[in-house]
Amino acid sequence: MAPSLPTIQPGDVANAEKARAGGSFDAGEAVEHHGALFDYLLRLGDDSLILGQRLTEWCGHAPALEIDLSLANIGLDLIGQASLFLNLAGEVEGKGRDGDRLAFHRDVLAFRNCLLVEQPNGDFAQTIARQFLFSTMQLSLFERLTGSSDHRIAEIAAKAVKEVRYHAELASDWVVRLGDGTEESRRRMVDGLDWFWRFVDEMFQSDEIEQSLTRAGIAVDRAELRQGFDATVGNVLRDATLPLPEYPRALTGGRIGHHGEHLGHLLATMQYLPRTYPDAVW
Amino acid sequence: MVSEVLDDAVADRIMAVLATVPDPEIPAVSVTDLGIVRGVRCDPPVVTITPTYTGCPATLVIEASVRAALDEAGFADVGIKTVLSPPWTTDWISDEGREKLRAYGIAPPPKGAGSRSLRADSPAECPRCGSLHTQEVSRFGSTPCKALWRCLDCQEPFDRFKCH
Repeated sequence: MAPSLPTIQPGDVANAEKARAGGSFDAGEAVEHHGALFDYLLRLGDDSLILGQRLTEWCGHAPALEIDLSLANIGLDLIGQASLFLNLAGEVEGKGRDGDRLAFHRDVLAFRNCLLVEQPNGDFAQTIARQFLFSTMQLSLFERLTGSSDHRIAEIAAKAVKEVRYHAELASDWVVRLGDGTEESRRRMVDGLDWFWRFVDEMFQSDEIEQSLTRAGIAVDRAELRQGFDATVGNVLRDATLPLPEYPRALTGGRIGHHGEHLGHLLATMQYLPRTYPDAVW
Repeated sequence: MVSEVLDDAVADRIMAVLATVPDPEIPAVSVTDLGIVRGVRCDPPVVTITPTYTGCPATLVIEASVRAALDEAGFADVGIKTVLSPPWTTDWISDEGREKLRAYGIAPPPKGAGSRSLRADSPAECPRCGSLHTQEVSRFGSTPCKALWRCLDCQEPFDRFKCH
């Protein structure tokens, strides 16, 4: 039942160019983009869903009550985004699957999240490093997606971007606080950034699916977001008196379903109840 | 003309019903005070509501409460439609709603700040003693819409409604 990776039809590019030139996008062309759009919405939704699920693992375990509240609230915002994107993905797919179905009844190979978000929480500094890198990227992505030619995506982005700004600010404040803090907090922050740095490149990669949607004005060229991201990260690390991490070899593959072992474990926890009791309702 | 007048009267009655529906997490204010109700259309009869925060668990409860209140008041045929756009902002909280929040012990968000950021640059006014000598304790509070603050004069902790 897992959706397979959609292939780009030969007509897609020409249609996309036509739509772009005409500044509009009619239903016939939209049908051509169906598979690509479905996949793109899974990517957007799965990033939020998986990171949201990871953050809920902190609930009741965070170093202080205020941090517990912060991480749980960010997780909640992300799960809210996931719900909007995945419901829309189900609508676009048109096979009767809603957001819950896509979240709880899909197997690991069908998930399209980037590798960064599925990584275990580690210590608090690692969680902050991951959040900082992700929210900084997501903020610039959503700012641009508010101009998407697909008004449904634009509406979700406009709704969520205000919350993401808050996440990015919280995470960067903590990077500074830990980096410019005690010897131990600094060491942990450096370690956290070093570890997650290898997952940064993947967040800015794009493929034929996203390029065709970008030409149609639906998606955003992720590569264009990189410069702003590097500038923001550089500024925050300077405030935190931290060095830029060395560039390790980047790890990629999440967008085409090549995940690490951690995602399977996360899904086992997240999907256990609805899969064991498929008829359960709140 | 007659039907339009009737429709207006019906819309007013529906809004009056909705004004009695409390927010599930801040029961001191109603869903109309918070600007969650975006409008009433009469043909076909539909109430338009918008979520405050994307992941706010109260959203489902609010819809259920609005449904129950409409049914109870004899408006079972009035539908409910959820819209995302334009996105909700704290600027839509009515003046009356702001007063109710303050009386309840929650510092209301400054007006006009919603468009830019969730964070207000100005200090919150302590809802108990009115002092501006206050400090943010935690950027996230007990619900998605609130941050934790404390008053440095009267020493009381309080919630501040985030600018959104």
